[in-house]
Amino acid sequence: MRFALSDEQRQFGAALHELLCDADVPAAARAWATGDRGPGLAIWRQLAGAGVSGLAVPETLGGLGAHPVELVVACEELGHHPLPGPAAESLAAVPQLLGSLPGDIAGGWLAGLVSGELVATLAAPPSLPFALDADAAGLVLLAGRATAPTGEPLSAPAGSDPDAATIWQALPGDGHRSADRARHPFEVRPGPVLASGSGAADAVRLAMSYGTLASAALLAGAGRGLLDLTVRHARTRLQFGRPIGAFQAVKHALANVAIGLEFARPLIYAAAIALHDDAATAARDISAARVASADAARRAARTALQVHGGIGYTLECDVSLWLAKVRALSSAWGSQAEHRATVLAALTAPAADHQRTGPWS
Amino acid sequence: VNLEPDQAVEAFRAEARAWLTAHVPDPPLSSVNTAEGFAAHRQWERTLADAGLAVVSWPQRYGGRDASLAQWLAFEEEYYRAGGPVRVGQNGLFLLAPTLFTHGTQEQRDRVLAPMATAEQVWAQAWSEPGAGSDLAAIASTAVRVEGDGDRSAGWLLRGQKTWSSRAAFADRAFGLFRSDPSTERHRGLTYLMFDLRAPGVTVRPIAQLDGEPGFAEIFLDDVFVPDIDVIGEPGEGWRVAMSTTSHERGLSLRSPGRFVAAAGRLIELWQRAGLADAALGERVADAWIGARAYQLHTFGTVAELEAGGTLGAESSLGKVFWSELDVSICETALDLLGPWWEVLGPGEPDGDWAGTYLFSLAGPIYAGTNEIQRSVIAERLLGLPR
Repeated sequence: MRFALSDEQRQFGAALHELLCDADVPAAARAWATGDRGPGLAIWRQLAGAGVSGLAVPETLGGLGAHPVELVVACEELGHHPLPGPAAESLAAVPQLLGSLPGDIAGGWLAGLVSGELVATLAAPPSLPFALDADAAGLVLLAGRATAPTGEPLSAPAGSDPDAATIWQALPGDGHRSADRARHPFEVRPGPVLASGSGAADAVRLAMSYGTLASAALLAGAGRGLLDLTVRHARTRLQFGRPIGAFQAVKHALANVAIGLEFARPLIYAAAIALHDDAATAARDISAARVASADAARRAARTALQVHGGIGYTLECDVSLWLAKVRALSSAWGSQAEHRATVLAALTAPAADHQRTGPWS
Repeated sequence: VNLEPDQAVEAFRAEARAWLTAHVPDPPLSSVNTAEGFAAHRQWERTLADAGLAVVSWPQRYGGRDASLAQWLAFEEEYYRAGGPVRVGQNGLFLLAPTLFTHGTQEQRDRVLAPMATAEQVWAQAWSEPGAGSDLAAIASTAVRVEGDGDRSAGWLLRGQKTWSSRAAFADRAFGLFRSDPSTERHRGLTYLMFDLRAPGVTVRPIAQLDGEPGFAEIFLDDVFVPDIDVIGEPGEGWRVAMSTTSHERGLSLRSPGRFVAAAGRLIELWQRAGLADAALGERVADAWIGARAYQLHTFGTVAELEAGGTLGAESSLGKVFWSELDVSICETALDLLGPWWEVLGPGEPDGDWAGTYLFSLAGPIYAGTNEIQRSVIAERLLGLPR
């Protein structure tokens, strides 16, 4: 066992960090919020050039077929810089759905994702009722049971089981404003059915696992971005003749943020390993990672705002680029309560052996 | 990054599990904080040592097995899983021994480590003083230089008072910091010394803890002679020597993840037996397991860093706050599952150990450097905030 990133994985993360530092992500996020997708999509194309959009696409389909650990390393950096756009959807979940479809249907889309020409998004009720940034996406999918959770029938393929898992190409409807100005959730209507039945069910399950894991990494990265930003502020902002970071109340609040983030990260890597290995514990491990990283990111967000004070409550301050994003992301891809319930159910299942020690426990 | 079980680790784990299953006392030993219980725990250490399992990570010449860090972690996991007794020699094994391996002389290692491993000598720690708690550098107890004469070697006379000295009520020897240069202040001019708790001039006054038992004691020192051979490191360098020990105390050695993984497992069993339809409590049970798993995985990561030649410094403060708060929340959740019964359940009854475990968990955020001190260390040394 060697539970540490390899040098290559660290270098990959560092290279993405450098790319995103140079790309001025905060400016792109502000432009995205006003409806100007240009600067943001340019960064998405740069990331595709660095291999990010091919990570979750199998090699046989033209992607990199990377280990999910590399996907979470990348997502952590995208969260670290407040990259706008449907990252968990386009980079993690959609490739799983497309990978399950016949090549003549999905081949072009997958090639577009890998090359960076295509950004895709997804609605999957009930946990993802809207397709994020559907107006910026070249492909919008809808996944779920043929009967919508509201009971409103979606367009089930004729003669099929109304409860069968189904993947549709979707048609964007009304867009909503989000509490996060850089998120634009769209209602969708089902278009052509791309797949239905047991194969689709497996693909949807896998897509939700990848998307949830990616959301955990995005949240942990966002927490780190907020911590970095706030530590810089606390070092330089003077009050009572001292940097506010010299006050113990500020120090301890930021230490608590650091602790939460530090102990969320190993859960994310372990969940990525379980997902890769198709381990029986994968659902449990992904939910555990999401619970810990969303809690840590939310603590980071509240603390960042509080330590910044009044300036933190302005659009001008970069705290605004993460604050509502963190809160929105931690309600998408399953609520904290649902993920805790998943963990508990796995631990109390008849086959669970939580007393078993060792790395595989 | 992988979590593949390592063959050598798993073989070692299997051996430890088999031995512990056969030998862990049932019913459990009586409290280590009574004379009778202390003697029983000392005997248990002897049994462990005879099986070659007392100090698995030490070199063979001192009674160890040269176990790797990963093997040591596996041993700890199995120890807690089996419900093994409190390690009465813990202060010596996990605090003094690492200091001797780093800063001690060969003579000291040869003299001190073997009887420590068999618990023939049990060690207490003597850091805190009435005026030096969180502010450890305010130590006022002194070590005054005495030159040798025909009857005795050169050495030091200790004078002052130590307190919150774990295990001192029944232990044999102690180690701690003393001000050897009265002209200095704070971190300078301190010397790290070992002394005999039964030497002339030593008075030990046990202090009853929350549970009524003397888990720690005050030590009064009235011109207690210590020979030069019991100075660890150079005189005046004690702070630096001690700091290498405290990061062990906060980090890997004192609280191995096995303890929390085992406690979270027992909590889940309790939840299942309780059969409550209380979603809020269920969420706390899930959080307890998530926390224990996070601490376990984080420790695997630390081991990987250490095996690659890294060192453990201020990072250990992150873990100390995390595990001590986790410990309290696991115990609090257990008590809430037991409801009004927990206060009357005692050792030996089903679920009877939660009350004692809970009281002990409340000390965690205080000892080994309060969590407030740790948070300041994290802020200043890891985040780079100004002092």
